[in-house]
Amino acid sequence: MQHYNMNLTLKVWRQRSNKVKGHFESFQVKNISSEMSFLEMFDVLNEQLVAEGKDPIAFDHDCREGICGMCSMYINGRAHGPWTQNTTCQLHMREYKDGDTIVVEPWRAESFPVIRDLVVDRSAFDRIIGAGGYVSVNTGNAVDANSLPIEKQKADEAFAAASCIGCGACVAACPNASAMLFVSAKIAHLALLPQGEPERKNRAVNMIQQMDTEGFGSCTNIGACEAECPKGISLENIARLNREYVGAIFSGSNNG
Amino acid sequence: MALDSKIPAGKMDEKWGKYKSTCKLVNPANKRQLEIIVVGTGLAGASAAASLGEMGYKVKAFCFQDSPRRAHSIAAQGGINAAKNYQNDGDSTYRLFYDTIKGGDYRAREGNVHRLAEVSTNIIDQCVAQGVPFAREYGGLLSNRSFGGTQVQRTFYAAGQTGQQLLIGAYQALERQVALGNVTMYARHEMLDVVKIDGKARGIIARNLVNGELERHFGHAVLLCTGGYGNVFYLSTNAMGSNVTAAWKAHRKGAFFGNPCFTQIHPTCIPVSGDHQSKLTLMSESLRNDGRIWVPKKQGDNRKPGDIPEEERDYYLERRYPAFGNLVPRDVASRAAKERCDAGYGVGSSKMAVYLDFAAAIERYGKIEANKQGKSNLDKDSVIALGKDVVKEKYGNLFDMYAKITGENPYEVPMRIYPAVHYTMGGLWVDYELMTTVPNLYALGEANFSDHGANRLGASALMQGLADGYFVIPYTLGNNLADDIRTKSIPTDHPAFIAAEKEVSDRINKLMSIKGKESVESFHKRLGKIMWDKCGMGRNAEGLKQAIKEIQQLRKDFWSNVRIPGEVNEFNPELDKAGRVADFLELGELMCIDALDREESCGGHFREEYQTEEGEALRDDEKFMYVSAWEFKGDSQYELHKEELKYEIVHPSARSYK
Repeated sequence: MQHYNMNLTLKVWRQRSNKVKGHFESFQVKNISSEMSFLEMFDVLNEQLVAEGKDPIAFDHDCREGICGMCSMYINGRAHGPWTQNTTCQLHMREYKDGDTIVVEPWRAESFPVIRDLVVDRSAFDRIIGAGGYVSVNTGNAVDANSLPIEKQKADEAFAAASCIGCGACVAACPNASAMLFVSAKIAHLALLPQGEPERKNRAVNMIQQMDTEGFGSCTNIGACEAECPKGISLENIARLNREYVGAIFSGSNNG
Repeated sequence: MALDSKIPAGKMDEKWGKYKSTCKLVNPANKRQLEIIVVGTGLAGASAAASLGEMGYKVKAFCFQDSPRRAHSIAAQGGINAAKNYQNDGDSTYRLFYDTIKGGDYRAREGNVHRLAEVSTNIIDQCVAQGVPFAREYGGLLSNRSFGGTQVQRTFYAAGQTGQQLLIGAYQALERQVALGNVTMYARHEMLDVVKIDGKARGIIARNLVNGELERHFGHAVLLCTGGYGNVFYLSTNAMGSNVTAAWKAHRKGAFFGNPCFTQIHPTCIPVSGDHQSKLTLMSESLRNDGRIWVPKKQGDNRKPGDIPEEERDYYLERRYPAFGNLVPRDVASRAAKERCDAGYGVGSSKMAVYLDFAAAIERYGKIEANKQGKSNLDKDSVIALGKDVVKEKYGNLFDMYAKITGENPYEVPMRIYPAVHYTMGGLWVDYELMTTVPNLYALGEANFSDHGANRLGASALMQGLADGYFVIPYTLGNNLADDIRTKSIPTDHPAFIAAEKEVSDRINKLMSIKGKESVESFHKRLGKIMWDKCGMGRNAEGLKQAIKEIQQLRKDFWSNVRIPGEVNEFNPELDKAGRVADFLELGELMCIDALDREESCGGHFREEYQTEEGEALRDDEKFMYVSAWEFKGDSQYELHKEELKYEIVHPSARSYK
């Protein structure tokens, strides 16, 4: 693979806190290697800003290997940028060429208030999980793991749903800022497994109730969430969520 | 101070059972009055916080990330060991215990390791009950694979995302307790000091990273589950935020640091591509189940890998270690890669890489698949296509990650890999109950030193984190707190809290007042280079002495010339990082002091002066069969305490994988 260097213009959202209004600010970065990751390009920019005595751009990131779900940039109108099934930290600069302009914004959703610049508060997701995204089994009560055989196909499907990293790209991509893909992935993961069966109905009802309380929008079957999901979480999960929810309501969950 | 490991008396396989049956208990009404602080929400922290919340303790959990689910356990790829013997291949608690002791090059404590092996099976049961979707066979039972340093298949896995699935399981259990009100979660908070009252840990000072405010939190006990310190090397497979700060503050407050120089360099990582590199990415050890490692037999061979015929390739691990082949432990595999590259046989543009090749596995799996489908006369391309599908199912996410980072297709060309810092066996010294030398201060998971000796076996970190959190601390904490039930919550206007907060605040203000010219990042890089060059895969007395001087100088430079933008009372990641790098600058020196003191080679600690003629690590059991536990005595002053290691069951011998 041929490596090259490039100069870029970046238009980045700046917002000192959620109490003040934000704006775009333009920056020039030079000699960016095509081998860098997108976040390493931001590291270069931030080093430059520190050297100039300016405030670096705040952005969330941690593992930089596409699994922690912390990075969250909206790049040229796409959550996590142009590559499919990819997180921002795994986007590499060989995608861009010399002279390009790149616009970078935070996730935009009322339920994800901006903390600073590109950093948003996604704690709503934790509260949705707390509303029912678990199996109520206390430590020390488990039976032998192989006493409960699970059909491989079901286990694989459950794994596929469980591979959600909770980054919030689905919400950011959705014009309604709906969290249905995130919620459905957890509901599907646990509904597909026998361990999730006893709490299946309450789980669906309670998680959806919490999702609404947090102020996420409704699903209108646009499909942007699936297209932008870095882990390829399928829309089929939303169909399953709807079945679970309707089933729970009509057959009577404790709360429904 | 004499170190007491508090290993229970009795036969090795009865110690833990006896401990559990006879330890003191806290009744439910009293548990509700006892407050526990858990710092860190990775596998150890999340499992501990959830379990203690379930038991009725009042728990406060802290993490610096935006959600407990982000903790770096999430990135563990390959798997988790457990002595289930589901494969009927001769595994047992004893074998897991033995493999771990041997893998650690006889520098771990037998009692702790045996307990770890005993509870390993409970972990799998617990995780399956939570709905962790482990890989399964067609019959519906759990699947296993092999990892380095073992000859059985005892590793449970969920594709290349085992850490993620286990952490999500623990995180869900934790969020359930948060919703029930048993655990209060403080995300985007960083612990900046331990508060000690009457010699016991009774709380922490934490900084709210969103608004920069300092907070005082009381706890009857404090649990540090804050992971390892591999980022002292700047480049490592750790997450960007992984740091030693919590453990280091505890060390400065009296917790001894155990074996700080024991660092694990993982053999299979994507090589460094340039100065811009911010972190290194691991390619799971599970890949060595099927990948073959090789370099050209000719020095400086610039041909493409596909153009180098079979007989001109040196599968050096298979050549040197026929019994374990590509599945030798990590320390051995890493040194062997370095040896080949240093000798001029490296590949790629930097020549600091070796090949990890899947061509043979793809063909082998393709043939098996063709036979399964009854297509014995399939042409080679079709066989290869079938084989690629099998490999994709096993390692697909890892291959994708490799392709994204390097721009190369690992299904077609061999991966290029090189060793990188991955894990730290060293950590806070703890006794059998996981308590540090500060009463009521505990360390769990990678943050402690206890179970892996001088080298950790693959798929054992997840095991240890969950063992400590789910199955050990719920017993050992109660045994101690049973004597503390009359201690009322101490108000945080106690002078000890005020003094600790002032100390933290003064340090932050001092950092901000320097207003120098060099960025935090730049200091961190300079420290990393010293550590990697002189306290990395190979170490010698001269280099370590130089490193100590260089680090002391670098620390001076840092405290006179670091530039931190922004304000204290706002979201300021540069300030957060400055505090962490300041602590790494102290830890790095201690690591070099420890490495200098240990005049032998063992596990990941390779002192170039101490090796066999064949270049293998040369241990010195006469002089160094002890845990080095360092006491902080003031800046650059550390006193060594030794915990002698006594082997009752396993007889230490030269560690051979040949």
